[in-house]
Parts: sequence; C-alpha cells; structure tokens
Amino acid sequence: MTASSFSRDEIEDFLYQEAALLDDWMLEEWLALFTDDAHYMVPATDLPRDAPPEGNLFYIADDRFRMGERVKRLMKKTAFSEYPRSKTRHLVSNVRILSQEVGECRVHAAFVTYRSKSGHTDTFVGSSDYTIARTAEGLRIRSKRCTLDLESLRPQGRVSIIL
Amino acid sequence: MPDITQQIKLHIDPDRKLFKVPRSAFTSQAVFEAERDVIFSRCWLYLGHSSEIRKPGQFVTRAVGGRNLIFNRDADGRVNAFFNTCPHRGATVCRDRAGSAKSFQCFYHGWVFGADGALKSQPGEASYCDDFKKDGAADLPRVPRLESYRDFWFVCYDPGAVDLGTYLGNAKEYLGIVADHSAAGMEVVGGTQEYSIRANWKLLVENSIDGYHAATTHASYLDYLKSTAGSLAAVGLNGISHDLGNGHAVIEYSAPWGRPIAQWIPAWGEEGKHDLERIMAGLVERHGQESAERIALKNRNLLIFPNLIVNDIMAITVRTFYPQAPNYQHINAWALAPVDESAWSRKSRLENFLEFLGPGGFATPDDVEALQQCQAGYDNAREAAWNDISKGMGRAVPSYDDEAQMRAFWMQWQKMLASAA
Repeated sequence: MTASSFSRDEIEDFLYQEAALLDDWMLEEWLALFTDDAHYMVPATDLPRDAPPEGNLFYIADDRFRMGERVKRLMKKTAFSEYPRSKTRHLVSNVRILSQEVGECRVHAAFVTYRSKSGHTDTFVGSSDYTIARTAEGLRIRSKRCTLDLESLRPQGRVSIIL
Repeated sequence: MPDITQQIKLHIDPDRKLFKVPRSAFTSQAVFEAERDVIFSRCWLYLGHSSEIRKPGQFVTRAVGGRNLIFNRDADGRVNAFFNTCPHRGATVCRDRAGSAKSFQCFYHGWVFGADGALKSQPGEASYCDDFKKDGAADLPRVPRLESYRDFWFVCYDPGAVDLGTYLGNAKEYLGIVADHSAAGMEVVGGTQEYSIRANWKLLVENSIDGYHAATTHASYLDYLKSTAGSLAAVGLNGISHDLGNGHAVIEYSAPWGRPIAQWIPAWGEEGKHDLERIMAGLVERHGQESAERIALKNRNLLIFPNLIVNDIMAITVRTFYPQAPNYQHINAWALAPVDESAWSRKSRLENFLEFLGPGGFATPDDVEALQQCQAGYDNAREAAWNDISKGMGRAVPSYDDEAQMRAFWMQWQKMLASAA
C-alpha cells in the first residue's frame, strides 16, 4: 500500500461525516467537502444508468456554482419546501472502492435517506457513485451521482433535500 | 350518483366582482368520483407526442385518465392507442415502459397481438370456434377516439365526443406557436419527470397558470437569477390573460429570464447570441417579424382543459396530472425541444428546465409545498369554506397575474359536473 492509496475505512469515515453534516443541516460545511470543479447529479428515474446530463433531463445536474446556490437557497426561510426544515437521516452502506489511481478513487455505495415533514416520512433509496480526491486539505469529492432505485418520485414528490 | 350540487356551486357576484370556489371541491370523495365519470371520461386527454414513437414498432405505455394505455406506431406507420389489457382474462399485456415491438404477447396464457392490435395467435387455437378472430373481439381493445394536432396526440373515451380540432378551438393557436419553434419539428427529450403531490389535481391546474405567485413563492429562485451574473434580460414581467373558451386558457407575458428561443441573456455569451440570432432569422423568414417576436420573446402558460399544461417559458414543459384520490395526484412532465437545436441550445434549455421546472430544482419543490399546504388548509373547509379567485374580475383585459384564466377553468369544470349532477 502506497502513501497515496485509499482504504475503505478512510472512505467510510469520510462518507459518514458527509452524511452527518447533511443530517445536521450544516450545508456550508458539506459544500466544503467538494472540490472547486465538483458536480452533484441526480438523474431522472427512467434514464439508463450511464445517461449523461447533456441531452437528458435530470432532477439535479449541478456544477460547483449551482451547488453553492443550492446551499444558499436551502439556508433561507424562503426555500419554503425546506423551511421549517425537514428531519433527515442519511444511511450509507455497501461501500466499495472500485478503482484508484494516484490521488483519486472511484467509490460506489448504497444509500437510504429518510425525510420527515408535515406528517409524512419519505424514503429515497439508491446508490451513489463518487469520485474522491486526496488534496492538501484532506479528502474532497469531485463528483457525486445519486441514482435512485425508484420507478418515479412517488410519493416523495420532490428532491428538495440533498441526497 | 351522490348529490354534489353544493360541492360544485361557485359563488359569483358580478357587482362586487367576486368569484369564489368551494373548498369541498378539493376534498370531496363524491366530486373526485364525478370528475372521473364526467371530466376524465368525456374530455380529450393528452396521450403523448409523435416524437416518442417516431419509428414503426415504437411504443410507450402510459396511464391516461385512470386507464392504462399502449401508444404505438405499427408496421404501416399508423399510430394506435390500445387499452393495455388482454381481451382474454384482462392481464396487462405490455409491461415495459417503452421500447420497440412487432408484437405484444400476454404472458398469462400466451396470446400474441400484432402492433396493429390484431390477435395473431393463441395456444390451443383448435379449441376455439373457426371465426374466433373475425369480429375483432379478441383483439387488443382500441381507445374509442385518438386524434392529433401538430404532433400532440390526444385520446377520448367518449365515442360521441366532438372532434379534437373543435374541442381545442382557440387553444390550437397556442399549441401551434409551440410547434412553430422549429421548422424541423419538436421532440420530447429523454428523462421524464414523474412525481406526485399530496394535493388535489385542480390546485396544480391553478398553480401552472398562476402569474401571481412568482414573486413570493419563488423569491429564492428569483434571488438565484439575480446572483447569477448575466442571467437576466432587461425585460419586465408584463402581459395578459386570455379565456380561450371550452375551459382552455393562457397567460402570455414578457419576463426577464433567458429563452433558448430566442431571448438572449448576457450569461449565454457570444456563442449563444449567434445561435439565437440564427434561430430568430429563421422564425422571421417563416412567420414574419411580428409573429417571430411573439414566438421567441413571449412566455405562455397554456391550459388545455382539463389537465394538459404546455408552459413555454425558460424551457418548454408538457405536463399532465391525474387524481388518485381527492388529496393525491400523479404528475408526468416532459421537456419539449426543437429537434434541430444546437448542443449549446439544448444544454441551456435543460439547465433552465431543471433549475425552475424540475422537482429537484429551485422552484417546483416550493410549488409542491404550497399546494400541500393548501390541501392541509382545507381540513378547515367546513368552517373556512371558500377560495377566492377574484383577482382582476371585471377588467376588460385581465393581466397575466390576474386570475381570469383560472375562472375560465372553474366555469367549464362546474358546467361539466352540473350536467351530470
């Protein structure tokens, strides 16, 4: 094992930290886990697994700028869907490092995220594909793509939280 | 049928310019059932777009008005709409969402139907009478009426309904404007937005053509546009509302956001500018200066009664939705785009769509929240009984942010249900 290689323990700890920040609504700290050229994507449920956001309609296809705007919006009281804030719990499991090269690895994980608000608890279940880089500041996410194992957004109705 | 007279009775006072809708219209099980029997069984309902079944054999399966349908193009190029149920014992015949098929086989007993719906074979044919296939009773059942206008296909479950063109009436002009965006035609882009709202479907009718709520409900989206360099054109929100008759209505207005046909914003740079100038030149050539400017620069939120929305705004959404219960609905929304637009244009269009129109965007989740909070408010309907839809009543030319377009919907809704009561 070289100094720059990634271990599953290290990646798991990192993803648990990401989940905790989301559940605590520490969204600016969550955003700081991403590189400046990061992307965050959630494809529509009827698209093929590898469909690119160019030419296909996604629920979310954020570059780093729009991720920042998403966080800014979610911290406002005028983001009515999430104010008063919903309660969420992000569970991460089945973490595998699919490949690694110098300074960067590709990770696949399963997730279940619960969102509770106004008398309903909705479940988002799926898998995440991450590209994670080792930087001078520590591990950073270059890309996060959440593929929902759902046939549609029913009854969830929206992806107003960050998955 | 239970008496729904009170639940559908609008309060209209022309002297005081008041228009009120009973909140029981959003909560009553009897109204929900009457809507299914009358509105969703007699009106023309949107099925799909020609581009979804471009080639012979292509099909999609889709729920329309509470029925499960197959929408396909057969080997002869003919477009069909079948009820997706086996004439034998009723099983769903085609269980794929979309694809290409020369035939459909019911997996229960193995009956095989051509893409034209005709029964081709069934195991144990010798056990049936000789002319079993002759009268068509063993074919996939056809939807009684299927017609199209400018590549928008509609079905109607009432064999005696007026033809689609008559039904659409003045709304044809507005579907035509969308179809005229490109000489090469329009297409549905990959990726359907299928979601739900825990609220009555008529709340989404109102919301989809509501110019009044943007400044408050979508304050955070407008903040986003303001904080994004060059994302606003020097154009104000300004326009009018039309009652198109038959329950159809539209608001038509100018707005500051970029339209990939062809309202330029600085963020789109020189590349975007050249692209939009080229598109505009084509529109002027085909339609003349005045019509071209209307197509390119005006936004339109169009309602085709009862539940088709075609919003030609910062992108084009085609949206339809059906009640599953008085307080729950399923929504299907598609992005429509010119077949021949550039990669740049398509990218900008999809970004505009998901930022505003998508259920993961910066606006639609807040609409979902607003509608659900309205529905929750109707728990008080026995004592707090009325919605107010009076804005701009009595004006000769109602503004885009008045409520004349909603009143057009409600008048037709009441007329249809009263005829059945």
